[in-house]
Amino acid sequence: MKNFTFMRLSLWVYLAIFFAYLLGPLVIMSATAFNSPSFPRMTPWECLTFEWFSALFQDERILNGIWNSILVGAGTVVLSVAMGLAGALMLTQIWPKLRATYYTVIIAPILIPGVVLGISTLVFWDRINRMLGLGADSFLSNGLFLTIIGQSTFIASYCMLVLVARLQRYDIALTEAALDLGATHAQAFRKVLLPFMRPALASAAVLAFLASFENYNTTTFTFGEYPTLTIELAQKVRYGITPAISALAFIIVVLTVFAALFNEASIRRKQLVAEARKKATVEELESGKLRLPGFLSSNAAAVALVVVACATVAVVGTATVYSPAQCIADVQEQKRLETEERIQELRRQRELRRQQQLEEQGDAAPAQTAPSTGSGNNSGFGGVFAPGSLSGDGEAAPEAEQEPQGNSSGFGNIFDPNALSGDGEDSGSGN
Amino acid sequence: MSAGVGVNLENLWIRFGDFVAVRDANVNINGGDFFSFLGPSGCGKTTILRAVSGFLEPSDGKVLIGGNDMKGIGPNKRPTALIFQNLALFPLMKIWENITFSMEIKGASAKERRKRADELLDMIALPGQGDKLPSELSGGQRQRVAIARALCAEPDVLLLDEPLSALDLKLRQHMRTELREIQQRVGITFIYITHDQGEALTMSDNIAVMKAGVIDQIGDGKTIYNDPSTAFAASFVGENNVFRGKVKRIMGEEALIQTNRSGELVARISSANQGRMKEGDAAMMFIRPEAFALAPAGASGDHFVTAKVNHEEFEGNVFNIFMEGDGGKELKVSIPNLGQSFEDHTGQNITLEYETKNAVIVPAGELAAE
Repeated sequence: MKNFTFMRLSLWVYLAIFFAYLLGPLVIMSATAFNSPSFPRMTPWECLTFEWFSALFQDERILNGIWNSILVGAGTVVLSVAMGLAGALMLTQIWPKLRATYYTVIIAPILIPGVVLGISTLVFWDRINRMLGLGADSFLSNGLFLTIIGQSTFIASYCMLVLVARLQRYDIALTEAALDLGATHAQAFRKVLLPFMRPALASAAVLAFLASFENYNTTTFTFGEYPTLTIELAQKVRYGITPAISALAFIIVVLTVFAALFNEASIRRKQLVAEARKKATVEELESGKLRLPGFLSSNAAAVALVVVACATVAVVGTATVYSPAQCIADVQEQKRLETEERIQELRRQRELRRQQQLEEQGDAAPAQTAPSTGSGNNSGFGGVFAPGSLSGDGEAAPEAEQEPQGNSSGFGNIFDPNALSGDGEDSGSGN
Repeated sequence: MSAGVGVNLENLWIRFGDFVAVRDANVNINGGDFFSFLGPSGCGKTTILRAVSGFLEPSDGKVLIGGNDMKGIGPNKRPTALIFQNLALFPLMKIWENITFSMEIKGASAKERRKRADELLDMIALPGQGDKLPSELSGGQRQRVAIARALCAEPDVLLLDEPLSALDLKLRQHMRTELREIQQRVGITFIYITHDQGEALTMSDNIAVMKAGVIDQIGDGKTIYNDPSTAFAASFVGENNVFRGKVKRIMGEEALIQTNRSGELVARISSANQGRMKEGDAAMMFIRPEAFALAPAGASGDHFVTAKVNHEEFEGNVFNIFMEGDGGKELKVSIPNLGQSFEDHTGQNITLEYETKNAVIVPAGELAAE
């Protein structure tokens, strides 16, 4: 019994760790979108702010990237779902002896690195372009076209895998029945096969869009004049990261949660309706008196969906009226006070030490220079990455700069974070 | 009733690579007939149906529907409607949409379609079920929906590919009568594929018995049952007892057979083989279990059979006696139960008699597998 509860406990602990591992980074990143410091961080928590969202929506490059990603995504969905469906149909129709070979060939793009696909797309279409004698600004060398084509080469294979799974459950007799009842092949395809494939087509479309949206390594060779969101982000991160990117991540997470909950809720809803229909008598169906279950009844996903929707509306509502200016001003005021206090403290210490030095002048001075060299270098390097280094408070290196005098570090004070910090107190009072 | 549209198969050959699925079939199906192809599975009967409906092109020969050669005409252009073995109802369409699919193809309005669907639903005794999905109906109901869907296309010929094989016994028997009634009401030609001789005999005007791609015999139920032309037809349709032997003497319509086990017996030569059998030919004589009667012990002659009883069985309406038979097969005799007392004969020799007109002689040939 004891053993059993221990097992259960460890299972829960394991699950907690597992989900923390999966979702923790997302949660933290989302949280940083609402914190006011300009470097994304969760602690110390300063002020609740929505400014990063407005910063995001004012960033032309990000917005343009999103728009390009959507364009590329839409094109990729159309192209790869169509190619995937054609490939899947071919797989079921092809001569059985060729099937294995055909499958390998069509699945190969998934196994080829995206970088290779990107380069080969670029090279291939460039050749075609030249063969046709077109210039560098032709349609075939257009970034949008190349990106869609390049991504579709392997996304179509994913789509095909999704579609084949559904197609294998299709009874070819259904098409024959439609033909037998007078339908043309096109009508049989449109009215019988396509409706049957619809759920798989939807999954394939979502998969294709997501795969296209997140793609970087193929796109990086083909984007041309149309940098997608991933390209823009990668370029941005090189010059430092702001919580506006966290805000974007948060929006994507929320949209994903919405989509997942909506999907789940509608599936459950369908099941409930089917159950109700099955139980219904002929009279109930006839008279239209059949009572279908309410949208929220025994549908946890629907309830969660409504809750999340309400929460979103509340947050957006708050955001429009809420102003963190006062809080930010408070925080800055507090920081200023802290800084000032520390400066006073520093001054007092220096004053004290100078007096001591004056007393022991002569023999103590050379002994103290040697260790200060090392500490001066350390502080110079370590301070660069300290987020506080740019924010105006010199707390990172109050100890290290006890003895910056004499230029013994070789680089002088160039790497000293306080050199940029605007308070010239210590250089002034140094010697 | 209108005469309906007939179907003719002329020297029809269908080959898949080296395999011959149908060999030189010649069938003449009259308009308005209920015609069955009866044979064991894999004998090519479904292949014939697919050739008639247009899913298969004959390798050789012709399919004529209403006297017109159907060569090169696709299934959607032929005046046929096929009811599939698994019914192939469209799973995502409601019943009424399923039934009127052929109208949708022609661009009929939803209102028209709904009206026609309701008429057909009344005909198949499923009123008010139009809004259900196929998965919400029982097997028998689905069966009827498939028939309604085929009839809605107003075909001249309705083709049915073992449509009852998935149903349980009770439902199957019920659907037999129902199918026959529907056929007589609409008056179009039905071509029915089955391996169940009971279905074929109860419903059909005419039956073609098929064996391994070859049509053995065509005739109405009574002819097939009472006057088989081959050993296969005799042994496949209904239960039959076989006596192997040689023709000893031809006596007009009858012949004397020297059987391997039971001496010399007399029987009628089947109509199709009249005048074709010679003395000395290997022959088979078939007698139905119910054609025997118990004879006084010791009686002998050319229509008496004596054998040892292996075991007996009481079936209610009949007593079945299983006796040592010819070629390892048991000889089965069914004596109607008229309330008489019946003693156990196990282990004894008993003598049976039959009327020579009820025994039939055909040339020796392959028997149907049990």
